[in-house]
Amino acid sequence: MTMPFYAPPEQMMKDKADYARKGIARGRSLVAFRYRGGIAIVAENTSSTLRKVSEIYDRIAFAGVGRYNEFDQLRIAGVRHADLKGFSFSREDVDARSLANAYAQSLGHVFTHELKPMEVEILVAEIGLDTNGGGDQLFHILYDGTVADEDDWVVLGGETEEISERFEEALPAAPRSLADGVRAAVGALAGPERTLSAESLEAAVLERGNHRRAFRRLTDEELSTILAV
Amino acid sequence: MSLPRFGPHDDPGPSFAALLRRTAAGGTDVGAFGADPATRTAPMEIPHGTTCVAVRYDSGVVLAGDRRATAGHLISNHRIEKVFPADRHSGVAIAGAAGPSAEMVRLFQLQLEHYEKVEGTPISLEGKANQLGQMVRANLPAAMQGLVVVPIFAGFDLAADRGRLFEYDVTGGRYEERDHVATGSGSLHADTVVKLGFRPSMARSAATDLVLDALYVASDADSATGGPDPVRDVFPVVAVIDADGYQRLDDTELRRRSERLLRRHRSRREAGGGS
Repeated sequence: MTMPFYAPPEQMMKDKADYARKGIARGRSLVAFRYRGGIAIVAENTSSTLRKVSEIYDRIAFAGVGRYNEFDQLRIAGVRHADLKGFSFSREDVDARSLANAYAQSLGHVFTHELKPMEVEILVAEIGLDTNGGGDQLFHILYDGTVADEDDWVVLGGETEEISERFEEALPAAPRSLADGVRAAVGALAGPERTLSAESLEAAVLERGNHRRAFRRLTDEELSTILAV
Repeated sequence: MSLPRFGPHDDPGPSFAALLRRTAAGGTDVGAFGADPATRTAPMEIPHGTTCVAVRYDSGVVLAGDRRATAGHLISNHRIEKVFPADRHSGVAIAGAAGPSAEMVRLFQLQLEHYEKVEGTPISLEGKANQLGQMVRANLPAAMQGLVVVPIFAGFDLAADRGRLFEYDVTGGRYEERDHVATGSGSLHADTVVKLGFRPSMARSAATDLVLDALYVASDADSATGGPDPVRDVFPVVAVIDADGYQRLDDTELRRRSERLLRRHRSRREAGGGS
């Protein structure tokens, strides 16, 4: 009988994490922040069909960075989770926290039990029912199932440190307008050497208001108008 | 609840009904009430909703339903609603067993939204009409035992830029109607009124009055159809669907129009006219 090579668990976990991080860093980043009327998510994305930001449920949005096919599978699983829960219980019983935990469980399982970890980082955002912004939630979930509950804004993807620094500097204090937030986000994603046009961006908001479904994509025209200022 | 994940071979795709069947939540076979006819007998007197009508007007469709539910010879509900939004640009009105009808509407609404979210694009109006047909078809075993569900589907087709109407039979047969359609126990009377009063390219207001009149006449001849009820302040539900989407007319407008309709019938009678 041949003995398998011994690899210490620390080394195995580190290798997997490095692999996942490398995969994520290959893709473009995204920024999410709270504004006066809800939550906005701005991503660098040259494709207008392969989306990074999507609707999950009435007040819940999803965003992913890294490998498209992997986070898109997670997105669909999230839609299924939410719709099933809303169907068996009630629409108001569907919440971001339980979805974030389900994602964490799934990602954690894949990370420890499967050969290849998922090369993704995802965001689950929910706007609260409170009209002045109470109850808004941002859950940042990593490739290994780590969940972080973000307060005001979050950056996902590679080079998060640089982007975070730039974003924090440019972002006006809360409560801020959508336009100010989007300009800060686009500037942070672009960095000092580049400018990003509306065509290479994807943005969506969860808007407080009278609509049951709060998710709305910003059109290229809307983005251009905001960025032109 | 854990995250529902599937392999490439058992993925339910964008269908919510297929998803339900593959998960524990679908323990009861939704969309097929009383799927095993051999072991079940229909309860004798369960609540039924009745008459609904729809009319096409110049820029969309009007969809209306009365407010009565009956169980046998008794009125079981005076303010039931049978007209629902299906999604932004379509609506559904259902006649038949109240419980299964409501469940079918809930599943249909969810199916349209689920598809739109999973696929990132809404189903075509034709596709929505077919989906509803499949749900009615799945209900056939229950329908054979008395739990009949017969919907009308109405929507604004953004691709064709016009309102469209679909009616169904109990087997899920789907028929597109050009101008108007009625379903339920009072449909014979309602449809006659609509047929006589219909004009091509009617204005929205005239179409609204026409469907209210149709329901009034149906309620006059059919005991299972409820008329306008000023005592309880309950009037038929009317929804309009045009390029801007589904909109349920507010109660003030429905009250005003219903009261005017009653006045018209009263004065006609006082002048020695029929009815």
